[in-house]
Amino acid sequence: MPKNLKMTARNVSVSYGSKLAINDVSIDVDQDEVTAFIGPSGCGKSTFLRTLNRMNDTVASAKVTGDIKLDGHDIYAPDMDVVQLRARVGMVFQKPNPFPKSIYENVAYGPRIHGLAGAKSDLDRIVEKSLRRAGLWDEVKDRLTDSGTALSGGQQQRLCIARAIAVDPEVILMDEPCSALDPIATAKIEELIHELRGRYAIVIVTHNMQQAARVSQKTAFFHLGTLVEYGNTSDIFTNPHEERTKDYITGRYG
Amino acid sequence: MNSHTVKAFDNDIGRLRGLISQMGGLAEEAIAKAMQALTRNDLELADQVRAEDKRIDALEAEVERLAVQIIALRAPMAVDLREVVAALKIAGLVERIGDYAKNIAKRLPMIDGEHRIEPISILPAMGRMASDMVRQVLDAFAARDAEAAVRVCESDSALDDFYDSIFRTLVTFMVENPKTISQVAHLLFVAKNLERVGDHATNVAEMVYFAATGTQMTDRDRGGPQE
Repeated sequence: MPKNLKMTARNVSVSYGSKLAINDVSIDVDQDEVTAFIGPSGCGKSTFLRTLNRMNDTVASAKVTGDIKLDGHDIYAPDMDVVQLRARVGMVFQKPNPFPKSIYENVAYGPRIHGLAGAKSDLDRIVEKSLRRAGLWDEVKDRLTDSGTALSGGQQQRLCIARAIAVDPEVILMDEPCSALDPIATAKIEELIHELRGRYAIVIVTHNMQQAARVSQKTAFFHLGTLVEYGNTSDIFTNPHEERTKDYITGRYG
Repeated sequence: MNSHTVKAFDNDIGRLRGLISQMGGLAEEAIAKAMQALTRNDLELADQVRAEDKRIDALEAEVERLAVQIIALRAPMAVDLREVVAALKIAGLVERIGDYAKNIAKRLPMIDGEHRIEPISILPAMGRMASDMVRQVLDAFAARDAEAAVRVCESDSALDDFYDSIFRTLVTFMVENPKTISQVAHLLFVAKNLERVGDHATNVAEMVYFAATGTQMTDRDRGGPQE
């Protein structure tokens, strides 16, 4: 099991009104690894991902119970600053959603509101560093004032990743980051995930099992709101133990 | 095992397994025929064994082609992946078993059929033992039966003992009948070939075990020395 724990979830359940979406899930997220969540639609993997930076707070009917810790601190504790939490635990969504602003502003926005950059030169440096880490700098350095929405889908997604890492997060959550992208753009994001590994703890939800196999070191299989199996990615894809995991992985599900 | 949502995937895996069973059946038959040719001094049957080996080779090529196609087009995972990898290796091993039968058949003309040398009479029992192992391991493959695979591995030591005893018998015979040395040397190779058939059947059994369980067979599994 993980050696260098970044986040821990214990006995987490989530319900939307009377519907139980996640039932008693316990999992560890390692600092130095990419953790993938897989499972059929409606299995709760995205719901669970969203508990890790309290995105479910925005859903009025959602109720989260159990214990989720970031570096040992309960993220649902009353004294937890949610805005600060979401800066530490960033998120990248399924569809690229850049602000309708310039490329530069998309990346600069977070550091500015979080007060991470005093002078313009600091901000310039953060923008360049973030775009470089997101593998986008060379493609956009000459047109930073162009609108972020004018970029291609793959570039927009990398812009969103640059935006997420600009506030110097510790964990990056990715919810189906490649589902709207073509294979080349997907490969670039996967390479980027590989590059970012170690610097940030990464949790990715994906429908694409091959993608989970390619990018992650740990894989968790969710089904009907429960965590069926969690282990090393190489074990899950060569020799899963649970019958339901076997059936899903090998395309025998249902 | 449940069937795949994509039916064509089941068909591909089924065809792959069918090819392996077919190869195994031919290899088992080749050993039996080669030994029969030896005991009856039937050169025609020996030629037939050599000719039929080409069918085993062709099936091996077919297994390789299909396995690569499945990997490329269906991206098999978990037990499916293990089955395809195991099928590739098993096809290679069974092809080698066929070669050993062919090699036995090739030696026939070098063994004088007119003056039957006595040690020939002990070889058929070893041949049956070897072809039994081949049949049992293919049954284990067909049933995805890890325990049956372990039993095949365990029976290999009996075949090895048989070989050692035949080796001593043949050497003694050569010492006593120096004129027969070149012929009996061929019989020694026949025995060695059968012993190698058992080794290959054991390797097949290890792949059957791996495909069924996802782990390597250990000495403990086959009742060997405990750690």
